[in-house]
Amino acid sequence: MALEDICNLRNSCLHQNWLPASPATSFLMTDCYNLGLKGPKKSQRNNEVPLQFFIPPLLNSTSFLNRSPSSYFQGNPPVTVRRPFPLSHGTTTLGFVFQGGVIAAADTRASAGGLVACPEVEKINPIHSHLVVTSSGSGADCMLWERILTREIRLYQLRHKRCLSISGTAKLLSFMLHPFKGTDVCVALTLCGWDKELIYVCSDGARLQGNIFSVGSGSPYAYGVLDRELSWSLSNEEAISLAREAVFRATHRDAYSGNNVDLFHITAQGWHQRKRENLKEEYYRDMKKRGLF
Amino acid sequence: MEYLIGIQGPDFVLVAADNVAASSIIQMKHDYDKMFKLSEKILLLCVGEAGDTVQFAEYIQKNVQLYKMRNGYELSPAAAANFTRKNLADYLRSRTPYHVNLLLAGYDDTDGPGLFYMDYLSSLAKAPFAAHGYGLNKRFILNLPSFTVRLIDKEGIHDLEKLTHGAK
Repeated sequence: MALEDICNLRNSCLHQNWLPASPATSFLMTDCYNLGLKGPKKSQRNNEVPLQFFIPPLLNSTSFLNRSPSSYFQGNPPVTVRRPFPLSHGTTTLGFVFQGGVIAAADTRASAGGLVACPEVEKINPIHSHLVVTSSGSGADCMLWERILTREIRLYQLRHKRCLSISGTAKLLSFMLHPFKGTDVCVALTLCGWDKELIYVCSDGARLQGNIFSVGSGSPYAYGVLDRELSWSLSNEEAISLAREAVFRATHRDAYSGNNVDLFHITAQGWHQRKRENLKEEYYRDMKKRGLF
Repeated sequence: MEYLIGIQGPDFVLVAADNVAASSIIQMKHDYDKMFKLSEKILLLCVGEAGDTVQFAEYIQKNVQLYKMRNGYELSPAAAANFTRKNLADYLRSRTPYHVNLLLAGYDDTDGPGLFYMDYLSSLAKAPFAAHGYGLNKRFILNLPSFTVRLIDKEGIHDLEKLTHGAK
């Protein structure tokens, strides 16, 4: 990607050995969204196509080459790589719109099966000064797609001298994810933008605009708290404490969510991040307040 | 569980669709519009797999609008329905078939109202009434809370009152 360009890796002899992940993949890119890619093989115009994944010639790389998106429609069965551990999509993220802007909140636990792989992940990442995205699904996929999205938005900004709208960003992301529908890519992102817009995009292809979204294994619990108390006319403090409460209750009951809560508040002036809070203290405070301790 | 229904009258077509956008068991949106306006007098109602519906319906919508831009006049409902069916059929045996069920409703100035039923296997049938899904209100275990209703006649597409039942 960008580092590759700067290091002039493209022209080096090393580059000739690198193979595109699958010719079928790149062919599908041209099908559904033409960004100037002329043919599936050479990538002179790589900086225009975000999805030409190059892999070094490893021993196992042939199995990647044989696999293509939606490969179960082909005659011969694909050779897939076994996962070393079961993927889990444990998380609680939420976002809602109110009179003071948009609030995005998420827990910080990354789980892999029953293991807490990392207790301090950042699930809410800014794309630019006025757009924040909350991620859930597979951690690696989300990180990658956030980077790709950031790059594409920045390129758009440089080329067209203006910022792409939130719905445009969501549509771009949805179209970029479309070729991978049916594969194991699992991302469910909620774009929270300055224009009081909240759009949910997921790798299944769904793209929904709304006022309140919660994603992840803890989302039913978060919805329970949010649906009861959310209204347009909340003050900033009330909205923030509602979001914290919703994440706290979800992490209390959902085993795959927990540790801390991250909170972002997006207004017309940009996003503002609250200090990360550990929910353990919140739990003890809550128990004490209710006299159960 | 999604629901579409269309009824053709003597000089109108009445269509309704539910308003739920669901992700497994959670309703992510309860005011989601499943009707896509192809032209002044043609509506495409689309249900099915999450991303496929919007992708396919928008593709058809933009192509019908392109036809008008290129040729100066609009596609008739029958022509639009056959175009849609052909696209579904072409993708059916590809690596990326679209899993969508459709109703196309339109008013042709010469032929009158028309309702076309299409399913994900790209069958096409012109019918006086048609539906996709289970719309029972009192007996079905999953109740759909509200429906958007629209009427197409020689004047164009009219929005009718949204149907909701039970507690708000």
